[in-house]
Amino acid sequence: MHDINLAMQRGEFLALIGPSGSGKSTLLNIIGLLDRPTTGRLFLKGRDTGALGDAELTRLRGHSIGFVFQYHYLISAFTALENVMMPMLVDRGFPSPEIKRRAETLMDQVGLSAVADNLAMNMSGGQQQRVAIARSLAMRPDLVLADEPTGNLDTKSADSAFELMQEVNRQDGTTFLIVTHNLDMARRCDRIVEVVDGRIGP
Amino acid sequence: MNRWLPFEWIAAIRFLREGRMQTMFIMGGIAIGVAVIVFMSAMLAGLQANFIKRVLTSQPQIQLLAPQEVARPLRSGSGKVEAAIVQRPTQRTLSIDQWPKIRDQMQAMPDVTVVSPTVSGSALAVRGDANRAITITGMDPAVYFKIVHLPDYIIAGEPRLGTDDIIVGTELASDLGATVGDKLNVEAASGTNRILTITGIVDLGNKGVNQRATYVALRTAQSLLDLVGGVTTIDLTVRDVYAAETLAQQIQASFPVEADSWIKTNAQFFTAVHAQSTTNTLIRLFVGLSVAFGIAAVLVVSVIQRSKDIGILRAMGTRRGQILRIFLIQGGILGLVGSVFGSAMGAGALVFWHGYARQVDGSELFPLIIDRSLFVVAAILATATGVAAAMAPALRAAKLDPVVAIRG
Repeated sequence: MHDINLAMQRGEFLALIGPSGSGKSTLLNIIGLLDRPTTGRLFLKGRDTGALGDAELTRLRGHSIGFVFQYHYLISAFTALENVMMPMLVDRGFPSPEIKRRAETLMDQVGLSAVADNLAMNMSGGQQQRVAIARSLAMRPDLVLADEPTGNLDTKSADSAFELMQEVNRQDGTTFLIVTHNLDMARRCDRIVEVVDGRIGP
Repeated sequence: MNRWLPFEWIAAIRFLREGRMQTMFIMGGIAIGVAVIVFMSAMLAGLQANFIKRVLTSQPQIQLLAPQEVARPLRSGSGKVEAAIVQRPTQRTLSIDQWPKIRDQMQAMPDVTVVSPTVSGSALAVRGDANRAITITGMDPAVYFKIVHLPDYIIAGEPRLGTDDIIVGTELASDLGATVGDKLNVEAASGTNRILTITGIVDLGNKGVNQRATYVALRTAQSLLDLVGGVTTIDLTVRDVYAAETLAQQIQASFPVEADSWIKTNAQFFTAVHAQSTTNTLIRLFVGLSVAFGIAAVLVVSVIQRSKDIGILRAMGTRRGQILRIFLIQGGILGLVGSVFGSAMGAGALVFWHGYARQVDGSELFPLIIDRSLFVVAAILATATGVAAAMAPALRAAKLDPVVAIRG
């Protein structure tokens, strides 16, 4: 990737588009503090992340960034509710009633309270993705990064998931950066960032 | 979700539960390994205890003898070179010089528990046309039986020794065609002979001994062997049996006697016991090692299977240390739970084997010593082994790059 110059405002709902292999996922991983740029700097909420060690980056990631992946990536050994609790559990170290309550609220927000105690394999694709969205919001992150979140869903589920993210953006002011192939979906976002051959277009 | 468990424990238990078959199989392996170790440890302890008990109750722990007779050649003084052949004199049956004084001194020693002056020597037992060479041991039963528990070995008659009584070994009795109540003519080398009545027959567990051993009252032996007022040995039991050799050497250095300990007399037995112990330890070590490898193998596979989960957890903010702990805890739990099952299996096998394996005479082959500390030690070692075995796969899991892991 070359000459990437990207600034995101709090509360923006952005789409990141581009052909396969253009580097969208790499960019997302760097923004998500999962990967480091070879050259250049990343500022998160005004802070230069280059100086931070692995432990600090991990902590920052846990508190400030939520992830929604293309494949649902719920942990199969846990139920839907427990998956939503997971980021908070990892952070605090022990389960607590507050954590459980917040998870239940989130499950309610995505309309899946009924399947709260189902294991991941006992849910449909659309349901799993909604649980993933709920999970990404657990720690009230400033930024949610979604990598092709609706790529594997049927149209109805895809629309439903997209609308859910828009609603969260409106209500809570969470910034969203959504990687997508779907141009229709991209046009429904506030701004489109296009990556071609490792470079950002206009 | 258990309120009191930290996250790493919850994750570890869930992961183990999810991989049901893997977990079951490896726990089975651990249980078998621990069962073998428990079984062997307890059996070895029991067998050794049995050996030692038999050795210790059939002979004195220290035996004091008159010093060996040595030749004292006259030398013609310094300056002259001599060529002489010094021949070791024949060893007569000698009484220990001033034995009552030595007996009292032994009794005064705090490490000595029982002191029994004994007279022993060779003689001939005659009954009708049959005659056999015998060893006579003359002693005071009240004291001697505390050292050599003859009453435990009685198979016929009673352990009673009046002036004209004799107790004989079982092979000797059958060789002479005699039973309790029969009379034997005992002839010593000096020509003295006495007629003694058999009051008891003993089986000391050794054919050779049973062919020769006889026991009489102290004065009877003294008169037969021409040692009136003397004793040939002073037999001792001590407080710390394993220190018998050290004590014997001390006594030999301080008193005009030769002191032999049971350890010195049974040197071969000790070597055998030691070798058995070493072999046993090696076997247990390798069983433990194989269990460790099993755990490591299962967890290596588990890490590979769960690499996506690990990646997700890392993306969510899980620290490397937390990931490490999740897998270390899995290893520890496998070891601990496996050892609980294994200890139960081992104990069950011990009880079964104890009832099934018997000596020729029907008595137990080994005492059933099930020491609770064995299970505790097994559990601690198994848990530690599990954690150690989990180290390599756990480190690998902690080092996984989340980007690579998620992409799969």
